[in-house]
Amino acid sequence: MAKVTIDNHVVEVPDGTTILQAARLIGGDIVPPTMCYYSKLEGSGGKCRTCLVKVSQSSGKDSRPMPKLVASCSTPVADGMVVQNITSPEVLEARKAIVEFLLINHPLDCPVCDQAGECDLQNLSYEHGLETTRYKEERRDYPSVDIGPYVKLHMNRCILCYRCVYTADQIAGKRIHGILYRGDVAEISTFIQNSIENEFSGNIIDVCPVGALTDKTFRFKSRVWFLNPFLAHRDCPTCSGKVTVWKFGKEIYRVTGRKDQFGEVDEFICNTCRFDKKGSEDWIIESPANIDKQSVISQNHYMKIKKGSIIKPLEQKTEPQD
Amino acid sequence: MGRKILLDKIDIPGILGFDVYRNNGGYSAVEKALKTMSPDQVLDEVKKSGIRGRGGAGFPAGMKWSFLDRSTNNPRYLICNADESEPGTFKDRYLMEKLPHLLIEGLIVSSYALGANTCFIYIRGEFKYLVGILEKAIFEARKNGFIGKNILSSGYSLDIYVHPGAGAYICGEETALIESLEGKRGNPRIKPPFPASKGLYQCPTVVNNVETLASIGPIIIMGGEEYAKIGTGKSTGTKLISASGHINQPGVYEIEMGISVEDFIYLDEYCGGIRGSKKLKAIVAGGSSVPVLPENLVFKTAKNETRLMTYESLAEGGFESGTMLGSGGLIVYDEDACMVRNTWNFSRFYHHESCGQCSPCREGTGWMEKVLYRIEHGQGRIEDIDLLVNISKNIEGNTICPLGDAAAWPVASAIRHFREEFEFHVKHPEKIKNKDHGNIQKLFVP
Ligand SMILES: Cc1cc2nc3c(=O)[nH]c(=O)nc-3n(C[C@H](O)[C@H](O)[C@H](O)COP(=O)(O)O)c2cc1C
Ligand code: SF4
Ligand code: FES
Repeated sequence: MAKVTIDNHVVEVPDGTTILQAARLIGGDIVPPTMCYYSKLEGSGGKCRTCLVKVSQSSGKDSRPMPKLVASCSTPVADGMVVQNITSPEVLEARKAIVEFLLINHPLDCPVCDQAGECDLQNLSYEHGLETTRYKEERRDYPSVDIGPYVKLHMNRCILCYRCVYTADQIAGKRIHGILYRGDVAEISTFIQNSIENEFSGNIIDVCPVGALTDKTFRFKSRVWFLNPFLAHRDCPTCSGKVTVWKFGKEIYRVTGRKDQFGEVDEFICNTCRFDKKGSEDWIIESPANIDKQSVISQNHYMKIKKGSIIKPLEQKTEPQD
Repeated sequence: MGRKILLDKIDIPGILGFDVYRNNGGYSAVEKALKTMSPDQVLDEVKKSGIRGRGGAGFPAGMKWSFLDRSTNNPRYLICNADESEPGTFKDRYLMEKLPHLLIEGLIVSSYALGANTCFIYIRGEFKYLVGILEKAIFEARKNGFIGKNILSSGYSLDIYVHPGAGAYICGEETALIESLEGKRGNPRIKPPFPASKGLYQCPTVVNNVETLASIGPIIIMGGEEYAKIGTGKSTGTKLISASGHINQPGVYEIEMGISVEDFIYLDEYCGGIRGSKKLKAIVAGGSSVPVLPENLVFKTAKNETRLMTYESLAEGGFESGTMLGSGGLIVYDEDACMVRNTWNFSRFYHHESCGQCSPCREGTGWMEKVLYRIEHGQGRIEDIDLLVNISKNIEGNTICPLGDAAAWPVASAIRHFREEFEFHVKHPEKIKNKDHGNIQKLFVP
């Protein structure tokens, strides 16, 4: 076991736990934001650098700080380690820089993006971004493409987190897509453009932190904050059948996996549940879904958040009205 | 004349072939090590020699070897990093082309010390013509019993393979190299774990530069202590310097560590002075990744000490007024060289070579290149200069691998030392239209 101090909170965790996991155990506003790490995907993390933190004491035995900021999602803790996240101005400064980097080639087309309202990049920039851009150069531009019958890829919005690549590798079972080229012209691509047919391929939509991979059956149907989410299930031969259905009035507009407070799905769901079962007779509604993650979907709470302050988790969650 | 340890036999006709190399004392290091020394004794000699990695980071080779995880039964690997792609560095290519057996000899002795039975030479894709040379040398060494099963009846067996990359600078980074060698996309790995415990195929692995490994043979022959007598302080032995730029005699030179930078640039034995008797403007001492040094800091450090060709002396003054020996790629600029153009050129390289895995480097390198392009082409804004400094600061230290730092340092240092020139570009776009606009003092003359 290792005793770790993160922003003055002490927590004891098994050896080998990452700083991020330890912080998630503490919870609240000291949890570093993550854009690429996904606990259910092996090998993910380390890439986006939004979760950088400062290790001001390496361990109980070694009181020296680590020379650089480290990615909390991929750095294991040591007994006696002292970590600073939001208590370190250096960390917040670096995070601001990272957000800027993530945005310079982003099209900022939130008004026409289906992800708006539940977009990690949007939330991150709201918390840490600049009000304006210092980037005066041309942005990279790709045409959007269909990958398979259900998924649309907008490469312009992609932040190259690699989550969908790991999903395709580990959940969908077959290496169907990957990264082509390198540097800032690297792109997500399939081997043959529309070969994504696996039963679990739809999960790449759920793991995408931005609007790069979107659900074609839900495309332009509605802004997500006009929908009411409900936990629902069905007897599915392929997956657990436990989902969130998003309703507009009586009608089911879309189906997604159930997400926890860190934006990660609890269980991956199959394409039949996600894309084909849109009738209210298909689902047994359990209860209204809590949107744990701070988001515009939990309406009206955004007003209370002061820009620049560190956002506290919502104390009271809105009950969606049907 | 300085002592030559690596290149001493280079002029012997036929030294490319096994017989000539052998008749001139070649492979005696293998004989000495395998017949009279234990692997730990070899390691000890390397530690005593104090030799530091010649690939850029300058990490002591003996220490790196002692970190190799010897606690598992997994196979261990030695990888020779021959991906040399740093602009300004071309010494490994020269060594492999002219003295392939020297490298092979070093690989055998090093693998023996590490207990590795398989060794890979990962060679840059563009060096295709060297693959044949190396494979011929390996074939000859094998035929003569220096590679293969039970070498010299010592019970030790070794195989050496040459593996060409596909031409990516990033595959010189040791973990990207390992990924590439495994047949994957050449993305650097997230550390820890380090290759010493989980490297190639998740087995303990040592990655060393060509020059580092080629020096192991001579170290074993002369003894670590004797080797450590050459050079000064923590910079022991001899170093190959790739000299290029505006000098009279560009080329690869072997120097004893500790000669002065001034001697190296001006002596006829080495660079032979600045081309066309022009004045010196700046140098890049260790390949494009290291900070550039302006003329007033080249021969003397900020403390007014003579600047020497050593790891310590070149680094004297930190990033404010120093640089690094890096991989030993010395680029010399004369008074007419445009530092903005040069910085843009470096920046273009790093933008092109970024693997794109982590956001600061992927996005930041492209941003810097675009801004520098504008400044060099007369479309700069005065605030761009501070913007560049800020971008480089935001990349530095925040990335997965050191390529991000390597992209940031040349930009930050060029602006630190040549800000005037950047400002001149912004303020006088009409004067920089002419291709030769490096000497801004001259341009002011009516
Ligand atoms: C972007 C990048 C490129 C590199 N390219 C090379 C290279 O071409 N050759 C090399 O020997 N080392 C290169 N290195 C350094 C290696 O990662 C590693 O430190 C080196 O091979 C270790 O050998 P040494 O200890 O003998 O120097 C590179 C490092 C980085 C970050
Ligand atoms: S610093 Fe650049 S080259 Fe290195 S891992 Fe990150 S993106 Fe790739
Ligand atoms: S979440 Fe840790 S680097 Fe992306």
